[in-house]
Amino acid sequence: MKRLKSKTLKKEERRLSSKNMSKLSIHKLTICVVFQILFVFFITAEVFAAGEQKRVKKHHWSFAGIFGHYDDAQLQRGFQVYREVCSSCHSMNYVYYRNLAEEGGPGFTVEEVKVIASEDMIMDGPDEYGEMFERPGKPSDIFVSPYANQNEARASNGGAYPPDFSVLAKARSTLRGFPWWFIDLFTGYQEQGVDYIYALLNGYSEPPTEFNLQSGMHYNEYYPGKQIGMGQPLYDESVEYADGTIASVEQMAEDVSAFMMWAAEPKLEMRKRMGFKVAIFLFVLAGLLYYSKKKIWARIEH
Amino acid sequence: MSKESTYIPKSGLSKWFDQRLPLQRMMHDNINAFPTPRNLNYWYTFGGILTFCLVTQIVTGIVLAMHYTADANLAFASVEHIMRNVNYGWLIRYIHAVGASMFFLAVYVHIFRGLYYGSYKAPREVLWILGVVIYLLMVITAFMGYVLPWGQMSFWGATVITNLFSVIPVVGTTITEWLWGGFAVDNATLKRFFSLHYLMPFMIFGVVILHIWSLHVTGNNNPVGVSVKEKQDTVPFAPYYTVKDAFSLVCFLILFAWFIFFNPNILGHTDNYIMADPLVTPAHIVPEWYLLPFYAILRAIPSKLGGVLVMGGAIAILFILPWLDTSKVRSATFRPLYKQFYWIFLVNCIALGYLGSQNPEGLFLVASRICTAYYFIHFLLVLPILGLVEKPKPIPESITKAVLEKIEIKNIKERRAEA
Repeated sequence: MKRLKSKTLKKEERRLSSKNMSKLSIHKLTICVVFQILFVFFITAEVFAAGEQKRVKKHHWSFAGIFGHYDDAQLQRGFQVYREVCSSCHSMNYVYYRNLAEEGGPGFTVEEVKVIASEDMIMDGPDEYGEMFERPGKPSDIFVSPYANQNEARASNGGAYPPDFSVLAKARSTLRGFPWWFIDLFTGYQEQGVDYIYALLNGYSEPPTEFNLQSGMHYNEYYPGKQIGMGQPLYDESVEYADGTIASVEQMAEDVSAFMMWAAEPKLEMRKRMGFKVAIFLFVLAGLLYYSKKKIWARIEH
Repeated sequence: MSKESTYIPKSGLSKWFDQRLPLQRMMHDNINAFPTPRNLNYWYTFGGILTFCLVTQIVTGIVLAMHYTADANLAFASVEHIMRNVNYGWLIRYIHAVGASMFFLAVYVHIFRGLYYGSYKAPREVLWILGVVIYLLMVITAFMGYVLPWGQMSFWGATVITNLFSVIPVVGTTITEWLWGGFAVDNATLKRFFSLHYLMPFMIFGVVILHIWSLHVTGNNNPVGVSVKEKQDTVPFAPYYTVKDAFSLVCFLILFAWFIFFNPNILGHTDNYIMADPLVTPAHIVPEWYLLPFYAILRAIPSKLGGVLVMGGAIAILFILPWLDTSKVRSATFRPLYKQFYWIFLVNCIALGYLGSQNPEGLFLVASRICTAYYFIHFLLVLPILGLVEKPKPIPESITKAVLEKIEIKNIKERRAEA
């Protein structure tokens, strides 16, 4: 033991002496240089890539963040916009009327949902005579679709297929770029899709003079390629809100985007609430295990 | 390392069983009493974490299979059905989807830990090779699992990868069509991928048992890389490493839970929420993040056949790694040069991952080629040469001495800080 002590002492002293320190910093320098070259390279690459498409700004949403939850009034307004404007072209094939009354949703009552559903006519059948028939909707029905099939939808929209809204808020994204895509991992930013939809709905404008817009297309600086088949869907006061909110384009865009986020992620509130409980449980368990580990390992030198 | 059993059956029933099927004895010797080096750090807890990941994937996967429909017309809708209508279906699916990423995160830590401490060197070559087999099976399983939701990335990812087989001379097209079960990626492909995706985790489980068996024959490597010499070099696995592994696992679960509950979709591609459409090609076809380095290598090579061969080579080279590294010293702690090249290699792999996510053009393509070349240079030139030219630092006589020395240094530092 004594010999070992003196040896290690000497070794440690040697390590701390200036001669070895300079050697050590050279090692660190090499690594730093490698990292720096890569970093500069990535940044330049990002700048090159950024030119193509307009960056979408982060918008404030009530459902963002760890304690995020939907704003019932906003979802109801968004549903109204969907129903009165969007639903003439866009289906929602995975959403049921009953979902509107479910927890963590727009907060309609079961009675209200029955009325909402009954306002739509649903194709049902075949009946006992083999005939298809129309009947008023029930809460257990899927949102009525504007077109019988994809081909009809395309035929009615100049060949472009209006995408289904059910999961669209999760099926769209924005170009975040370095280092944001990495930072996003740990900030919980999950609203890229809904930010994009909001930006797109507000993104219609006259094309710049030099821009070559194809016939039947519309200029939107947020759409990839900046030409979109869908004409501007929202104008001021396209709908008249039941709660008296002024129906500006921004307001309607925000409301319908939030509604689409709910449609895509109806269990979001439940998920975030459960996540918080799970996190507390895990932190406490980790603490208990840490001290157990410390106690057990105190039995030996380590 | 004592191979003698220390199990003493206590009850009459235990004795009766011990003479017929010594299951309790096996568990006791391999878990409770298994002598483990006393100096393992937290990087060594990822084996346990990986076992947890595998079991989690199997359990959640079995439940998902109860609700999922493997049919090209119904698969996408059945996944949404799980997300919306199945009780806690969203939770089970997010655990499974995030779990795949976490599994790979853990396996990469586990592999790079092995690379740092030289865990692939004699006598652990077979242990290492079994590990590479597990990794390869994981890659195939994850790839097929990603196809199942039948989104755009599922479909086009499957198309790109299965098309790679068509470069095989003469029989390429036949093999590809045989894999597809038709003339394109379609319903038949989805169905067989589902079947195989269900099968392969159990194959992984089997190889994991061999992996652990081999580990328990050679014993653990450890951060100083010196073999166990005396009894005081080791501690029994329980309770020392059960509690350490458990603490580490729970810390890992905090990260896991973060992604499940607060960021479940960020590790996947948004295009996979668009139903597969053979007529619309996505702007960028990219695999999941954990396969990006290989994708970068594939696209760095100008010829298709070459790309496939080099990409295959990137995994194949891991099988012969134990014989490429000529140094007898295991741990990078005592290899001043290898240590630096190790970090450069790690950065190179991360860079390949980033490049895999970008379009292979301009600067990106040049960088991919440099990084791909360096990946192979590391294994084929750096490792063999380093062993010959490097002068290792003095190696501790034993694990115990190394541990005591470390404590001594810590004490000296504390004394210095006080002074």
